[in-house]
Amino acid sequence: MTATSRPIRVLIAKPGLDGHDRGAKIVARALRDAGMEVIYTGLRQTPEMIAEAALQEDVDVVGLSILSGAHMTLVPQVLEALRARGLGDVPVIVGGIIPPQDVPKLLALGVYKVYGPGAPTRQIVADIEAVVRGSAQPEGSPA
Amino acid sequence: MNDWAAQVLQGDRRALARVLTWVENAAAEGRAAWQALFPHAGRAHIVGVTGPPGAGKSTLVAALVQHWRQHHPQQRVAVLAVDPSSPYTGGALLGDRVRLTPRLAQDPAVFFRSMASRGAVGGLAQATEQAVQVLDAAGYNPIFVETVGAGQAEVDIMRLAHTVLVVQAPGLGDDIQAIKAGMLEIAHILVVNKADRPDAQRTRRILEEMLRLGPRRAAAWQPPVLLTVATTGQGVPQVAQAIVAHRQHLQRSGAWQQHEARRLQAALERALRDALWRRWRARVEPGRYDAVLQALARRELTPDQAAAQLLDDAPTLPTPPPRGDAGSP
Ligand SMILES: Nc1nc2c(ncn2[C@@H]2O[C@H](COP(=O)(O)OP(=O)(O)O)[C@@H](O)[C@H]2O)c(=O)[nH]1
Ligand SMILES: [Mg+2]
Repeated sequence: MTATSRPIRVLIAKPGLDGHDRGAKIVARALRDAGMEVIYTGLRQTPEMIAEAALQEDVDVVGLSILSGAHMTLVPQVLEALRARGLGDVPVIVGGIIPPQDVPKLLALGVYKVYGPGAPTRQIVADIEAVVRGSAQPEGSPA
Repeated sequence: MNDWAAQVLQGDRRALARVLTWVENAAAEGRAAWQALFPHAGRAHIVGVTGPPGAGKSTLVAALVQHWRQHHPQQRVAVLAVDPSSPYTGGALLGDRVRLTPRLAQDPAVFFRSMASRGAVGGLAQATEQAVQVLDAAGYNPIFVETVGAGQAEVDIMRLAHTVLVVQAPGLGDDIQAIKAGMLEIAHILVVNKADRPDAQRTRRILEEMLRLGPRRAAAWQPPVLLTVATTGQGVPQVAQAIVAHRQHLQRSGAWQQHEARRLQAALERALRDALWRRWRARVEPGRYDAVLQALARRELTPDQAAAQLLDDAPTLPTPPPRGDAGSP
Protein backbone atom coordinates (compact mmCIF):
# COMPACT_ATOMS: atom_id res chain seq x y z
CA MET A 1 0.00 0.00 0.00
CA THR A 2 1.42 3.33 -1.01
CA ALA A 3 1.38 6.40 1.18
CA THR A 4 -1.16 8.15 -1.03
CA SER A 5 -3.69 5.33 -1.08
CA ARG A 6 -3.57 4.58 2.63
CA PRO A 7 -6.91 5.11 4.36
CA ILE A 8 -7.46 8.30 6.34
CA ARG A 9 -7.67 7.62 10.09
CA VAL A 10 -10.21 9.60 12.08
CA LEU A 11 -10.93 9.61 15.81
CA ILE A 12 -14.59 10.17 16.68
CA ALA A 13 -14.98 11.06 20.34
CA LYS A 14 -17.71 12.30 22.61
CA PRO A 15 -16.39 14.55 25.34
CA GLY A 16 -18.56 15.58 28.26
CA LEU A 17 -21.46 14.02 30.00
CA ASP A 18 -24.29 13.84 27.51
CA GLY A 19 -25.42 10.29 26.90
CA HIS A 20 -26.41 10.26 23.24
CA ASP A 21 -24.06 8.99 20.60
CA ARG A 22 -26.45 8.45 17.71
CA GLY A 23 -25.12 11.42 15.77
CA ALA A 24 -21.53 10.40 16.41
CA LYS A 25 -22.24 6.87 15.22
CA ILE A 26 -23.97 8.08 12.06
CA VAL A 27 -20.93 10.19 11.20
CA ALA A 28 -18.58 7.32 12.08
CA ARG A 29 -20.42 5.00 9.69
CA ALA A 30 -20.52 7.58 6.94
CA LEU A 31 -16.76 8.08 7.20
CA ARG A 32 -16.21 4.34 7.15
CA ASP A 33 -18.39 4.03 4.08
CA ALA A 34 -16.24 6.72 2.48
CA GLY A 35 -13.23 4.43 2.96
CA MET A 36 -11.84 5.90 6.17
CA GLU A 37 -10.68 4.06 9.26
CA VAL A 38 -12.70 5.38 12.15
CA ILE A 39 -11.61 4.88 15.73
CA TYR A 40 -14.65 5.24 17.90
CA THR A 41 -14.06 5.82 21.62
CA GLY A 42 -17.52 5.89 23.13
CA LEU A 43 -19.27 8.19 25.56
CA ARG A 44 -18.00 10.46 28.33
CA GLN A 45 -14.42 10.94 27.22
CA THR A 46 -12.32 13.46 29.08
CA PRO A 47 -10.17 15.83 27.00
CA GLU A 48 -7.10 13.94 28.27
CA MET A 49 -8.53 10.59 27.12
CA ILE A 50 -9.32 12.03 23.69
CA ALA A 51 -5.85 13.49 23.23
CA GLU A 52 -4.24 10.25 24.44
CA ALA A 53 -6.34 8.25 21.96
CA ALA A 54 -5.41 10.66 19.14
CA LEU A 55 -1.75 10.17 20.00
CA GLN A 56 -1.76 6.38 20.30
CA GLU A 57 -3.90 5.92 17.21
CA ASP A 58 -1.89 8.49 15.22
CA VAL A 59 -5.05 9.83 13.60
CA ASP A 60 -5.19 12.36 10.79
CA VAL A 61 -8.29 14.12 12.14
CA VAL A 62 -10.10 14.38 15.49
CA GLY A 63 -13.90 14.67 15.40
CA LEU A 64 -15.79 15.78 18.50
CA SER A 65 -19.52 15.33 18.96
CA ILE A 66 -20.96 17.62 21.64
CA LEU A 67 -24.65 17.93 22.41
CA SER A 68 -24.41 19.06 26.02
CA GLY A 69 -23.89 22.76 25.33
CA ALA A 70 -20.50 22.64 27.03
CA HIS A 71 -18.54 23.06 23.78
CA MET A 72 -17.02 26.41 24.78
CA THR A 73 -15.43 24.68 27.78
CA LEU A 74 -14.66 21.27 26.29
CA VAL A 75 -13.24 22.25 22.92
CA PRO A 76 -10.47 24.51 24.32
CA GLN A 77 -9.57 21.74 26.77
CA VAL A 78 -9.27 19.16 23.99
CA LEU A 79 -7.21 21.54 21.86
CA GLU A 80 -4.93 22.24 24.82
CA ALA A 81 -4.54 18.53 25.62
CA LEU A 82 -3.64 17.89 21.97
CA ARG A 83 -1.09 20.72 21.95
CA ALA A 84 0.44 19.43 25.19
CA ARG A 85 1.20 16.19 23.32
CA GLY A 86 2.64 17.90 20.29
CA LEU A 87 -0.52 17.25 18.30
CA GLY A 88 -1.46 20.88 17.76
CA ASP A 89 -1.41 20.40 14.00
CA VAL A 90 -4.05 17.65 13.95
CA PRO A 91 -7.25 19.14 12.46
CA VAL A 92 -10.23 19.10 14.82
CA ILE A 93 -13.83 19.10 13.64
CA VAL A 94 -16.79 19.69 15.93
CA GLY A 95 -20.35 18.51 15.40
CA GLY A 96 -23.47 18.81 17.49
CA ILE A 97 -25.79 21.46 18.77
CA ILE A 98 -23.69 24.61 18.45
CA PRO A 99 -25.44 28.02 18.53
CA PRO A 100 -24.51 30.11 15.45
CA GLN A 101 -22.81 32.81 17.54
CA ASP A 102 -20.36 30.21 18.92
CA VAL A 103 -19.23 28.95 15.53
CA PRO A 104 -16.81 31.82 14.76
CA LYS A 105 -15.45 31.55 18.29
CA LEU A 106 -14.67 27.86 17.83
CA LEU A 107 -13.07 28.51 14.46
CA ALA A 108 -10.98 31.27 16.04
CA LEU A 109 -9.76 28.78 18.63
CA GLY A 110 -8.34 26.69 15.82
CA VAL A 111 -11.19 24.30 15.06
CA TYR A 112 -11.14 23.33 11.38
CA LYS A 113 -14.89 22.95 10.76
CA VAL A 114 -18.12 23.07 12.76
CA TYR A 115 -21.22 21.10 11.76
CA GLY A 116 -24.79 21.46 12.94
CA PRO A 117 -27.17 18.53 13.45
CA GLY A 118 -28.37 18.53 9.83
CA ALA A 119 -24.93 18.73 8.21
CA PRO A 120 -24.72 16.38 5.23
CA THR A 121 -22.15 13.67 5.91
CA ARG A 122 -20.99 14.15 2.29
CA GLN A 123 -19.70 17.58 3.29
CA ILE A 124 -17.87 16.18 6.32
CA VAL A 125 -16.22 13.53 4.14
CA ALA A 126 -15.19 16.12 1.56
CA ASP A 127 -13.78 18.48 4.22
CA ILE A 128 -11.74 15.71 5.84
CA GLU A 129 -10.38 14.52 2.52
CA ALA A 130 -9.46 18.08 1.62
CA VAL A 131 -7.56 18.80 4.82
CA VAL A 132 -5.73 15.46 4.93
CA ARG A 133 -4.89 15.24 1.25
CA GLY A 134 -3.72 18.81 1.43
CA SER A 135 -6.11 21.01 -0.53
CA ALA A 136 -8.06 22.53 2.35
CA GLN A 137 -9.45 26.00 2.84
CA PRO A 138 -9.10 26.40 6.60
CA GLU A 139 -11.59 29.30 6.81
CA GLY A 140 -14.62 27.65 8.36
CA SER A 141 -17.72 26.85 6.36
CA PRO A 142 -20.17 25.90 9.09
CA ALA A 143 -23.29 24.07 8.09
CA MET B 1 20.85 4.88 15.23
CA ASN B 2 17.73 6.11 13.46
CA ASP B 3 16.20 9.10 15.30
CA TRP B 4 12.70 7.71 15.36
CA ALA B 5 13.87 4.34 16.62
CA ALA B 6 15.93 6.02 19.32
CA GLN B 7 12.89 7.94 20.47
CA VAL B 8 10.78 4.81 20.52
CA LEU B 9 13.41 3.04 22.62
CA GLN B 10 13.44 5.99 25.01
CA GLY B 11 9.72 5.60 25.54
CA ASP B 12 8.41 8.40 23.32
CA ARG B 13 4.84 7.32 22.64
CA ARG B 14 4.26 9.74 19.81
CA ALA B 15 7.25 8.37 17.96
CA LEU B 16 5.95 4.86 18.64
CA ALA B 17 2.54 5.78 17.21
CA ARG B 18 4.16 7.21 14.09
CA VAL B 19 6.41 4.20 13.50
CA LEU B 20 3.36 1.96 13.88
CA THR B 21 1.64 3.98 11.15
CA TRP B 22 4.63 3.58 8.83
CA VAL B 23 4.81 -0.13 9.46
CA GLU B 24 1.09 -0.41 8.85
CA ASN B 25 1.38 1.44 5.55
CA ALA B 26 4.58 -0.36 4.54
CA ALA B 27 5.88 3.17 4.08
CA ALA B 28 9.43 3.65 2.89
CA GLU B 29 10.05 6.38 5.46
CA GLY B 30 9.64 3.84 8.27
CA ARG B 31 12.10 1.29 6.95
CA ALA B 32 15.15 2.61 8.78
CA ALA B 33 13.27 2.81 12.09
CA TRP B 34 11.99 -0.72 11.64
CA GLN B 35 15.48 -2.03 10.96
CA ALA B 36 16.87 -0.26 14.02
CA LEU B 37 14.07 -1.57 16.24
CA PHE B 38 14.10 -5.16 15.04
CA PRO B 39 17.06 -6.31 17.20
CA HIS B 40 15.23 -5.04 20.29
CA ALA B 41 12.15 -7.19 19.71
CA GLY B 42 11.71 -10.84 20.61
CA ARG B 43 11.18 -10.50 24.33
CA ALA B 44 7.47 -9.87 24.81
CA HIS B 45 4.85 -12.47 25.57
CA ILE B 46 2.32 -12.18 22.73
CA VAL B 47 -1.18 -13.18 23.77
CA GLY B 48 -3.81 -13.63 21.06
CA VAL B 49 -7.44 -13.15 22.01
CA THR B 50 -9.95 -14.40 19.50
CA GLY B 51 -13.57 -15.50 19.31
CA PRO B 52 -16.88 -14.47 17.80
CA PRO B 53 -18.03 -10.83 17.75
CA GLY B 54 -19.77 -9.83 20.95
CA ALA B 55 -18.25 -12.57 23.09
CA GLY B 56 -16.58 -9.92 25.23
CA LYS B 57 -13.01 -10.05 23.88
CA SER B 58 -12.34 -6.33 24.21
CA THR B 59 -13.88 -6.16 27.67
CA LEU B 60 -11.82 -9.14 28.77
CA VAL B 61 -8.62 -7.68 27.33
CA ALA B 62 -9.29 -4.43 29.21
CA ALA B 63 -9.87 -6.40 32.42
CA LEU B 64 -6.64 -8.36 31.86
CA VAL B 65 -4.65 -5.18 31.23
CA GLN B 66 -6.12 -3.70 34.40
CA HIS B 67 -5.10 -6.84 36.28
CA TRP B 68 -1.57 -6.67 34.90
CA ARG B 69 -1.17 -3.02 35.80
CA GLN B 70 -2.27 -3.78 39.37
CA HIS B 71 -0.26 -6.90 39.94
CA HIS B 72 2.79 -6.27 37.77
CA PRO B 73 3.08 -2.47 37.97
CA GLN B 74 6.59 -2.51 36.55
CA GLN B 75 5.34 -3.98 33.27
CA ARG B 76 4.07 -1.82 30.43
CA VAL B 77 1.24 -3.44 28.52
CA ALA B 78 0.10 -3.01 24.92
CA VAL B 79 -3.04 -3.95 23.05
CA LEU B 80 -3.37 -4.31 19.29
CA ALA B 81 -7.03 -4.60 18.33
CA VAL B 82 -7.59 -5.76 14.75
CA ASP B 83 -10.97 -5.35 13.08
CA PRO B 84 -11.96 -6.16 9.51
CA SER B 85 -11.92 -3.55 6.76
CA SER B 86 -14.89 -3.36 4.45
CA PRO B 87 -14.00 -5.23 1.26
CA TYR B 88 -16.06 -2.73 -0.74
CA THR B 89 -14.92 0.66 0.55
CA GLY B 90 -11.72 -0.20 2.41
CA GLY B 91 -13.07 1.68 5.41
CA ALA B 92 -13.34 0.28 8.91
CA LEU B 93 -15.07 1.02 12.17
CA LEU B 94 -12.63 0.33 14.98
CA GLY B 95 -14.58 0.30 18.24
CA ASP B 96 -12.57 -1.84 20.63
CA ARG B 97 -11.23 1.21 22.46
CA VAL B 98 -14.72 1.77 23.87
CA ARG B 99 -14.03 -0.98 26.43
CA LEU B 100 -10.99 0.75 27.93
CA THR B 101 -11.75 2.17 31.35
CA PRO B 102 -10.88 5.86 31.89
CA ARG B 103 -8.05 4.75 34.11
CA LEU B 104 -6.44 2.57 31.44
CA ALA B 105 -7.11 5.12 28.72
CA GLN B 106 -4.87 7.56 30.60
CA ASP B 107 -2.31 5.12 31.97
CA PRO B 108 1.11 6.07 30.57
CA ALA B 109 2.15 2.42 30.84
CA VAL B 110 -0.64 1.22 28.57
CA PHE B 111 -0.55 1.59 24.78
CA PHE B 112 -3.66 0.71 22.78
CA ARG B 113 -3.67 0.68 19.02
CA SER B 114 -6.58 -0.12 16.72
CA MET B 115 -5.79 -1.63 13.34
CA ALA B 116 -7.88 -2.44 10.31
CA SER B 117 -7.16 -5.67 8.49
CA ARG B 118 -7.02 -3.78 5.16
CA GLY B 119 -7.94 -6.68 2.98
CA ALA B 120 -5.06 -8.82 4.12
CA VAL B 121 -5.88 -12.44 3.42
CA GLY B 122 -7.02 -13.77 6.73
CA GLY B 123 -7.41 -10.52 8.58
CA LEU B 124 -4.04 -10.55 10.30
CA ALA B 125 -1.76 -8.69 8.01
CA GLN B 126 1.99 -8.90 7.83
CA ALA B 127 1.68 -5.37 9.17
CA THR B 128 0.15 -6.74 12.36
CA GLU B 129 3.15 -8.94 12.96
CA GLN B 130 5.51 -6.02 12.42
CA ALA B 131 3.41 -3.75 14.63
CA VAL B 132 3.63 -6.30 17.42
CA GLN B 133 7.40 -6.37 17.07
CA VAL B 134 7.61 -2.58 17.20
CA LEU B 135 5.58 -2.61 20.45
CA ASP B 136 7.85 -5.39 21.70
CA ALA B 137 10.98 -3.37 20.91
CA ALA B 138 9.40 -0.38 22.68
CA GLY B 139 9.36 -2.49 25.85
CA TYR B 140 5.69 -3.47 26.08
CA ASN B 141 5.15 -6.88 27.60
CA PRO B 142 2.73 -8.60 27.47
CA ILE B 143 1.13 -7.60 24.18
CA PHE B 144 -2.51 -8.57 23.66
CA VAL B 145 -3.69 -8.99 20.06
CA GLU B 146 -7.46 -9.05 19.65
CA THR B 147 -8.91 -10.47 16.42
CA VAL B 148 -12.32 -11.65 15.34
CA GLY B 149 -12.12 -15.40 15.01
CA ALA B 150 -12.89 -16.34 11.45
CA GLY B 151 -11.25 -18.63 8.95
CA GLN B 152 -7.68 -17.83 8.08
CA ALA B 153 -7.36 -15.38 10.98
CA GLU B 154 -7.21 -18.35 13.33
CA VAL B 155 -4.16 -19.72 11.62
CA ASP B 156 -2.55 -16.29 11.58
CA ILE B 157 -3.12 -15.64 15.27
CA MET B 158 -1.68 -19.06 16.10
CA ARG B 159 1.48 -18.21 14.18
CA LEU B 160 1.80 -14.80 15.75
CA ALA B 161 0.86 -15.37 19.38
CA HIS B 162 2.66 -17.51 21.94
CA THR B 163 -0.58 -18.01 23.82
CA VAL B 164 -4.04 -18.05 22.25
CA LEU B 165 -7.17 -17.34 24.28
CA VAL B 166 -10.42 -18.34 22.62
CA VAL B 167 -13.35 -16.47 24.12
CA GLN B 168 -16.87 -17.81 23.92
CA ALA B 169 -20.09 -16.67 25.51
CA PRO B 170 -23.37 -18.44 26.19
CA GLY B 171 -26.26 -17.49 23.99
CA LEU B 172 -24.33 -16.58 20.86
CA GLY B 173 -26.64 -18.59 18.69
CA ASP B 174 -26.58 -22.35 18.80
CA ASP B 175 -23.72 -23.35 21.09
CA ILE B 176 -22.34 -26.24 19.10
CA GLN B 177 -22.42 -24.30 15.85
CA ALA B 178 -20.87 -21.20 17.40
CA ILE B 179 -17.89 -23.12 18.68
CA LYS B 180 -16.03 -24.06 15.59
CA ALA B 181 -13.62 -26.92 15.79
CA GLY B 182 -10.82 -24.84 14.29
CA MET B 183 -11.08 -22.35 17.12
CA LEU B 184 -10.80 -25.10 19.71
CA GLU B 185 -7.72 -26.54 18.13
CA ILE B 186 -5.76 -23.31 18.35
CA ALA B 187 -6.80 -22.49 21.92
CA HIS B 188 -4.32 -22.72 24.77
CA ILE B 189 -6.88 -21.23 27.13
CA LEU B 190 -10.64 -21.34 26.63
CA VAL B 191 -12.72 -18.65 28.26
CA VAL B 192 -16.47 -18.79 28.71
CA ASN B 193 -17.23 -15.12 29.26
CA LYS B 194 -20.58 -13.69 30.41
CA ALA B 195 -20.68 -16.30 33.15
CA ASP B 196 -23.36 -14.11 34.74
CA ARG B 197 -25.71 -15.36 32.01
CA PRO B 198 -27.71 -18.55 32.30
CA ASP B 199 -26.25 -21.46 30.37
CA ALA B 200 -22.61 -20.54 31.04
CA GLN B 201 -22.06 -23.89 32.77
CA ARG B 202 -23.65 -25.67 29.84
CA THR B 203 -21.31 -23.90 27.41
CA ARG B 204 -18.38 -24.88 29.57
CA ARG B 205 -19.44 -28.53 29.64
CA ILE B 206 -19.82 -28.54 25.85
CA LEU B 207 -16.34 -27.09 25.47
CA GLU B 208 -14.82 -29.61 27.85
CA GLU B 209 -16.55 -32.40 26.01
CA MET B 210 -15.30 -31.14 22.64
CA LEU B 211 -11.77 -30.89 24.03
CA ARG B 212 -11.95 -34.49 25.16
CA LEU B 213 -13.13 -35.61 21.73
CA GLY B 214 -10.72 -33.40 19.83
CA PRO B 215 -7.32 -34.34 18.47
CA ARG B 216 -4.74 -35.28 21.07
CA ARG B 217 -2.22 -32.55 21.65
CA ALA B 218 1.46 -33.18 21.30
CA ALA B 219 2.69 -31.16 24.25
CA ALA B 220 1.73 -31.69 27.85
CA TRP B 221 -0.37 -28.54 28.00
CA GLN B 222 -4.04 -29.17 28.65
CA PRO B 223 -6.18 -26.13 27.77
CA PRO B 224 -8.19 -25.05 30.79
CA VAL B 225 -11.78 -23.89 30.39
CA LEU B 226 -12.30 -20.81 32.58
CA LEU B 227 -15.43 -18.81 33.39
CA THR B 228 -15.29 -15.01 33.50
CA VAL B 229 -17.52 -12.00 33.90
CA ALA B 230 -15.33 -9.52 32.09
CA THR B 231 -17.55 -6.58 33.04
CA THR B 232 -16.93 -7.14 36.78
CA GLY B 233 -13.50 -8.76 36.63
CA GLN B 234 -14.75 -12.02 38.06
CA GLY B 235 -12.51 -14.90 36.99
CA VAL B 236 -9.96 -12.57 35.39
CA PRO B 237 -7.15 -13.37 37.90
CA GLN B 238 -7.51 -17.05 36.96
CA VAL B 239 -7.17 -16.22 33.26
CA ALA B 240 -4.10 -14.11 34.01
CA GLN B 241 -2.62 -17.00 35.97
CA ALA B 242 -3.27 -19.38 33.10
CA ILE B 243 -1.54 -16.97 30.70
CA VAL B 244 1.54 -16.87 32.92
CA ALA B 245 1.43 -20.63 33.43
CA HIS B 246 1.32 -21.17 29.67
CA ARG B 247 4.30 -18.89 29.13
CA GLN B 248 6.25 -20.81 31.75
CA HIS B 249 5.22 -24.07 30.11
CA LEU B 250 6.47 -22.81 26.73
CA GLN B 251 9.75 -21.62 28.17
CA ARG B 252 10.38 -24.84 30.10
CA SER B 253 9.59 -27.09 27.16
CA GLY B 254 11.61 -25.16 24.61
CA ALA B 255 8.46 -24.45 22.59
CA TRP B 256 8.98 -20.71 23.07
CA GLN B 257 12.20 -20.77 21.05
CA GLN B 258 10.68 -23.09 18.44
CA HIS B 259 7.75 -20.71 18.02
CA GLU B 260 10.11 -17.80 17.54
CA ALA B 261 12.22 -19.71 15.04
CA ARG B 262 9.18 -20.79 13.02
CA ARG B 263 7.82 -17.29 12.94
CA LEU B 264 11.11 -15.81 11.77
CA GLN B 265 11.49 -18.50 9.16
CA ALA B 266 8.03 -17.71 7.81
CA ALA B 267 8.96 -14.04 7.71
CA LEU B 268 12.16 -14.85 5.84
CA GLU B 269 10.33 -16.97 3.29
CA ARG B 270 7.79 -14.23 2.76
CA ALA B 271 10.54 -11.67 2.30
CA LEU B 272 12.33 -13.98 -0.13
CA ARG B 273 9.18 -14.56 -2.17
CA ASP B 274 8.54 -10.82 -2.33
CA ALA B 275 12.13 -10.03 -3.29
CA LEU B 276 12.35 -12.78 -5.92
CA TRP B 277 9.06 -11.70 -7.39
CA ARG B 278 10.10 -8.05 -7.59
CA ARG B 279 13.49 -8.90 -9.06
CA TRP B 280 12.03 -11.20 -11.65
CA ARG B 281 9.25 -8.74 -12.54
CA ALA B 282 11.81 -5.97 -13.07
CA ARG B 283 13.75 -8.14 -15.52
CA VAL B 284 10.95 -9.68 -17.52
CA GLU B 285 10.80 -8.36 -21.04
CA PRO B 286 8.15 -5.66 -21.50
CA GLY B 287 5.10 -7.08 -23.22
CA ARG B 288 6.19 -10.66 -22.62
CA TYR B 289 4.24 -10.88 -19.37
CA ASP B 290 1.10 -9.50 -21.01
CA ALA B 291 1.45 -11.85 -23.96
CA VAL B 292 1.57 -14.89 -21.69
CA LEU B 293 -1.27 -13.50 -19.62
CA GLN B 294 -3.39 -13.21 -22.77
CA ALA B 295 -2.53 -16.76 -23.80
CA LEU B 296 -3.65 -17.81 -20.36
CA ALA B 297 -6.90 -15.88 -20.76
CA ARG B 298 -7.50 -17.72 -24.07
CA ARG B 299 -6.87 -20.92 -22.09
CA GLU B 300 -4.08 -21.95 -24.43
CA LEU B 301 -1.90 -22.41 -21.36
CA THR B 302 -2.57 -23.51 -17.83
CA PRO B 303 -1.27 -21.16 -15.11
CA ASP B 304 1.53 -23.66 -14.41
CA GLN B 305 2.57 -23.75 -18.08
CA ALA B 306 2.39 -19.98 -18.29
CA ALA B 307 4.63 -19.64 -15.25
CA ALA B 308 7.09 -22.18 -16.66
CA GLN B 309 7.26 -20.29 -19.97
CA LEU B 310 7.90 -16.99 -18.25
CA LEU B 311 10.59 -18.46 -16.04
CA ASP B 312 12.28 -20.17 -19.00
CA ASP B 313 12.66 -16.75 -20.58
CA ALA B 314 15.18 -15.87 -17.91
CA PRO B 315 17.00 -19.11 -17.13
CA THR B 316 19.66 -17.44 -15.00
CA LEU B 317 17.15 -16.56 -12.33
CA PRO B 318 16.76 -18.76 -9.27
CA THR B 319 13.58 -20.81 -9.29
CA PRO B 320 11.01 -19.35 -6.94
CA PRO B 321 9.71 -21.57 -4.15
CA PRO B 322 6.81 -23.83 -5.16
CA ARG B 323 4.06 -21.86 -3.38
CA GLY B 324 4.88 -18.64 -5.21
CA ASP B 325 1.87 -16.69 -3.99
CA ALA B 326 3.66 -13.38 -3.72
CA GLY B 327 0.93 -11.69 -5.69
CA SER B 328 0.31 -10.45 -9.18
CA PRO B 329 0.91 -7.03 -10.69
N1 LIG C 1 -23.44 -9.71 30.82
C1 LIG C 1 -22.18 -9.57 30.39
N2 LIG C 1 -21.91 -8.77 29.36
C2 LIG C 1 -20.61 -8.66 28.96
C3 LIG C 1 -19.57 -9.35 29.59
N3 LIG C 1 -18.41 -9.06 28.97
C4 LIG C 1 -18.73 -8.21 27.97
N4 LIG C 1 -20.05 -7.95 27.97
C5 LIG C 1 -20.79 -7.07 27.05
O1 LIG C 1 -20.83 -7.67 25.77
C6 LIG C 1 -20.79 -6.69 24.74
C7 LIG C 1 -19.67 -6.98 23.76
O2 LIG C 1 -18.44 -6.85 24.42
P1 LIG C 1 -17.06 -6.65 23.65
O3 LIG C 1 -15.99 -6.73 24.67
O4 LIG C 1 -17.13 -5.44 22.81
O5 LIG C 1 -17.06 -7.96 22.70
P2 LIG C 1 -16.09 -8.32 21.47
O6 LIG C 1 -16.84 -8.01 20.24
O7 LIG C 1 -15.86 -9.80 21.61
O8 LIG C 1 -14.83 -7.55 21.62
C8 LIG C 1 -20.63 -5.36 25.46
O9 LIG C 1 -21.88 -4.75 25.58
C9 LIG C 1 -20.09 -5.75 26.82
O10 LIG C 1 -20.42 -4.81 27.84
C10 LIG C 1 -19.90 -10.21 30.71
O11 LIG C 1 -19.06 -10.87 31.31
N5 LIG C 1 -21.21 -10.27 31.05
MG1 LIG D 1 -13.82 -6.22 20.29
